[in-house]
Amino acid sequence: MTVRIFPRGRGGSRFFVYATLIAFVAGSLFPFYWSFLVASRDTGMLSDHLPPLLPGGNFWANAGRVFDAVPFWKALGNSLIVAGTVTLTTVLFSALAGFAFAKMRFRGSNGLFVFIVVTLAVPTQLGVIPLFIMMSDLGWAGHLQAVIVPNLVTAFGVFWMRQYIVDAVPYELIEAARVDGCSVFGTFVHVCLPAIRPAAAVLAMFTFMMSWNDFLWPLIVLDAGNPTVQVALEKLQSGHYVDYSLVLAGTTLATIPVLIVFLLLGRQIVSGIMQGAVKG
Amino acid sequence: MTSVAEKPPRQDVPPEPVRPTLRQRLSRWDVRFSPYLYIAPFFVVFGLTGLFPLLYTGYVSLFDWEIGDDDPKFIGLENFVTLLGDAQFWNAVVNTISIFVLSSGPQLVIAILLAALLSLRLRFPASWRVGILLPYSASLVALGIIFANLFGPRYGLVNAMLEAVGLDRVEWQANRFASHLAIATMVNWRWTGYNALIVLAAMQALPRDVYEAAVVDGAGAVRRFFSITLPMLKPTLIFVVVTSTIGGLQIFTEPKLFDAMPGSNNGGSQHQFQTLTLYLYQSAFEGFDLGYASAIAWLLFLLIVLIALVNFLITRRVAATTGLKR
Repeated sequence: MTVRIFPRGRGGSRFFVYATLIAFVAGSLFPFYWSFLVASRDTGMLSDHLPPLLPGGNFWANAGRVFDAVPFWKALGNSLIVAGTVTLTTVLFSALAGFAFAKMRFRGSNGLFVFIVVTLAVPTQLGVIPLFIMMSDLGWAGHLQAVIVPNLVTAFGVFWMRQYIVDAVPYELIEAARVDGCSVFGTFVHVCLPAIRPAAAVLAMFTFMMSWNDFLWPLIVLDAGNPTVQVALEKLQSGHYVDYSLVLAGTTLATIPVLIVFLLLGRQIVSGIMQGAVKG
Repeated sequence: MTSVAEKPPRQDVPPEPVRPTLRQRLSRWDVRFSPYLYIAPFFVVFGLTGLFPLLYTGYVSLFDWEIGDDDPKFIGLENFVTLLGDAQFWNAVVNTISIFVLSSGPQLVIAILLAALLSLRLRFPASWRVGILLPYSASLVALGIIFANLFGPRYGLVNAMLEAVGLDRVEWQANRFASHLAIATMVNWRWTGYNALIVLAAMQALPRDVYEAAVVDGAGAVRRFFSITLPMLKPTLIFVVVTSTIGGLQIFTEPKLFDAMPGSNNGGSQHQFQTLTLYLYQSAFEGFDLGYASAIAWLLFLLIVLIALVNFLITRRVAATTGLKR
């Protein structure tokens, strides 16, 4: 006999389950839709007694004004550079470290790994002030490397990769490669990398989203002339008079690419989160 | 050993019994030292940009240190003394905890119930999961702006709807409790689905035989949920609670963008929703007082450790008393 944790609902309860889920998904979508709604009309609509439910035709006009108000192209480019670089290095360095911890014996490996796990609990945000002093002294304040360098590799990434490599890469293959004369780096490239592509893809997606959406540190260390997308959005909003059609056109422009990626890769992201939760 | 860098050509030389060949020695060094090389990037990056700044924050907090100051003055614990008598600091502490409680409490309950719904046999299971995770993809800045608009005092949709059903409009920014509620709504909107998936994953990993035994003993679905599922989810619940504590107490973006005076770091005209991180940011980058801001950072750190610990103990206790020991 197999028993499901929750039995299959019948009739009324089944209707209730789907109605609740639909309400949740509608609630998840609504702020995105609202943002697009306001962005596609003019700000005057907000003073209407009851707001309209369908988008208007002004989206491209409003979007155009975003590019006039802030250096949005530059911000998009900067965000791509930052998130792209951070994603590449995080995946590479995490995979290397994960490989070392999972498959190699070396003195102190256990202690060092525990240290990495502990750092997961340390809120690094709290060190922003000295970090800012450091970046100013280096002359990096205002430049992209100030955002990139602190995020080159993460404790989460190392942890994630190690957990995956432990199971995914058999010792026999590594030994076989060694016997054939492969260096350690050679076994990493030829044996480990091909086996960890799924985990690497999930880590890459997470890292890219986190980096793209990061706000506090870029706000501190970058200036208005050289912003990331998030910093540019904040600048868009912080005038004396808030033109909501303009501002929400900006948020829509910044969200649509991420939303598309998310809808395309949503299944993998979901399974990645669930996998990480079980193993973590 | 000057020619070490050159890789010796491949050849089939029989191994010498006593002296290992250069190639063997290289290989041994490779095995011995490359792991350290591979883990080095993390330790270098974390050491320089994570650990060192965290400790250095403690050092800076002992100085009267202004931005651009070449010769900061050592003042010992004065920053901390001032801070403990600073009404705005305590106001920020209360706001931070209030917003945190309003967000993480309901969020956890809803996430567990949602996970229970998602664990049913559904049509299109993956689509539902993607659907509830959608908010996770939004940027906090975009969210902050969108919700500030929805909760706007005059033209906000929420007030329009309240009026449409005959209720009074609420001053979402001006009223202290209302502002906390609105900010908590933002936080919950973004994170509930994410936490539901984590809980769901743990639910699916629970052993089936316990449930079969419970069914044989005549336990109904509700009873099984409270007596088996919840207690066995303990480790996951602790994980979710601790991570949401660490994240929730550092809340910055939402209150910064919720302000009726955009760009301000006051957290409302009366600081009614100024959180600790926002006060830290204001002290450092508006007041230019890095020493004072560093003292805030350290007290915030202590608060996070303290509350995470308390939550850890509570969660363990609650989950343990619901029944069934593993």
